[in-house]
Amino acid sequence: MIKTDKVLDAKGLACPMPIVKTKKAIGEVEPGQVLEIQATDKGSTADLQAWAKSTGHQYLGTKEEGDVLKHYLRKASEAETKEESSYPHVINNDELKTKLGNEDIVVLDVREPAEYAFSRIPGAKSIPLGELEERMSELNEEDNIHVVCRTGNRSDRAAQILSEKGYKNVLNVVPGMSEWDGETEND
Amino acid sequence: MALKEMTAKEVAQKVINNEKLFILDVRNEEAYQDWKIEGESVEIINIPYFDLIEGVDHILDQLPDDTEKLVVCAKEGSSKFVGEQLVEAGVENVSYLQGGMKTWSEHLEPVKIGDLKDGGAIYQFVRIGKGCLSYLVESNGEAMIIDSNRMTEPYKIFANEKGLNVKHIADTHLHADHISGGRKLAEIFGADYYLPPKDATEVTYDYNPLEEGKDLTVGNTKIQVQPIYSPGHTIGSTSFIVDDQYLLTGDILFVKSIGRPDLAGKAEDWVSDLRDTLYRKYKDLSDELFVLPAHFSKMEELSEDGSVIAKLGDLYEKNSGLNVEDEGEFRKLVTENLPPQPNAYQEIRETNMGKINPEDEEQREMEIGPNRCAVEG
Repeated sequence: MIKTDKVLDAKGLACPMPIVKTKKAIGEVEPGQVLEIQATDKGSTADLQAWAKSTGHQYLGTKEEGDVLKHYLRKASEAETKEESSYPHVINNDELKTKLGNEDIVVLDVREPAEYAFSRIPGAKSIPLGELEERMSELNEEDNIHVVCRTGNRSDRAAQILSEKGYKNVLNVVPGMSEWDGETEND
Repeated sequence: MALKEMTAKEVAQKVINNEKLFILDVRNEEAYQDWKIEGESVEIINIPYFDLIEGVDHILDQLPDDTEKLVVCAKEGSSKFVGEQLVEAGVENVSYLQGGMKTWSEHLEPVKIGDLKDGGAIYQFVRIGKGCLSYLVESNGEAMIIDSNRMTEPYKIFANEKGLNVKHIADTHLHADHISGGRKLAEIFGADYYLPPKDATEVTYDYNPLEEGKDLTVGNTKIQVQPIYSPGHTIGSTSFIVDDQYLLTGDILFVKSIGRPDLAGKAEDWVSDLRDTLYRKYKDLSDELFVLPAHFSKMEELSEDGSVIAKLGDLYEKNSGLNVEDEGEFRKLVTENLPPQPNAYQEIRETNMGKINPEDEEQREMEIGPNRCAVEG
């Protein structure tokens, strides 16, 4: 089970209804939240991907369960597309790649569980940004923490939160998963 | 004015007759780029339906005033949805394609090619949406069907209308772009199903071997169907000479292009076979034979009546794939920079071997898209 914020039942509906309903449902969730769309129309996969691309929402992936296709879509927020990072300690994807397996580091993935489920850096720990404050105790203050998200924005905020709370060795990975070409794993 | 319905048959007639038609294709861009309705008189634009959910006002200036406008999608739901909106916005002369691209992909248009010398005739079934060509030879109440499509109904209706007893069904090779209706038709008509044995080493059912030297007869004993072993597209590829007039080339030679040798994973091995078939074996045949291929790739290959046909002698002059003198050049042409392989071609081959038996709906999905069996010189 992938945790999502809203489930849309579009089972049994033929094109164009799955997209018509998705369009409505995405208006009802907050930016950053994940919508699960359940559909049986085979064409819905390609159409959702194309629609997401044209609107800027993030298509995460599709899981097939019997006849039902479960599509995962994350609503984009304007902030994500802006390239402003204020946490000063950053590391790029390539540098992180060479560290993996060579150094004792913690990769902290602060994206939504659905994003994490479809593709992540092997061994990465998942704490979505929204849960970071309450779950911070799962991390050690001395850990070498490398925070990653999709484009470096959420991880920037997470890195700031962590350093304010006294975590000493925190690096923000930029840009993050959107450009990650190293190894990945999924559920 | 209400939204009208247009059948695949009507669209096919318009394409063949070069009647003006404006198409608004509302599928997603990828599907559109992969495959669309084409024709000399067809003007087509692509705007995905999901950009039209909130309204169509922003595209009205892209539609012509006078021409008939056809909205097309994958099945028909979205084209109806968009079509209704256009009608509401006051656009006149709007139709949607009944059954969408799925039905377009399956439409067969029978065209008479010509008479046989001793009575009887040969017909070409043009699958205009996918570029597949199949054949029916009839004489004296008997018939043979070659390279049939998955949709058996059009052949059945045709044979029943003419009161034909279909005796033989054959495939020139194991197809990779479409699912053969051969086995099913053989069952329906109680006919024999023929395949080239070299293409049938992995099939899971019984068949009759198609062998050079063993001619088949249809109706009148003088109507001969002569198999010619012509490898290259597949190792078993076999052509037919019908009534000493028509050369059915399968996927070896097309009107504007030649077959590709890679769809069974053996491009390098089969290049020399393909070369030998095209540059020696066919060359020894009469220039007067009419070539009838199993495919076309472009609408310009259709003649005025919708048929696809050319004289062998003319092809040796005009088809660039037959005019590559250098063997090395030829090898390059048919093994490098090939177009993408047909969609789901592996699964289609396995279905044709009888190894897998997908549901009807799945078979339909597998065949969506163009045939892509040719290489242009």
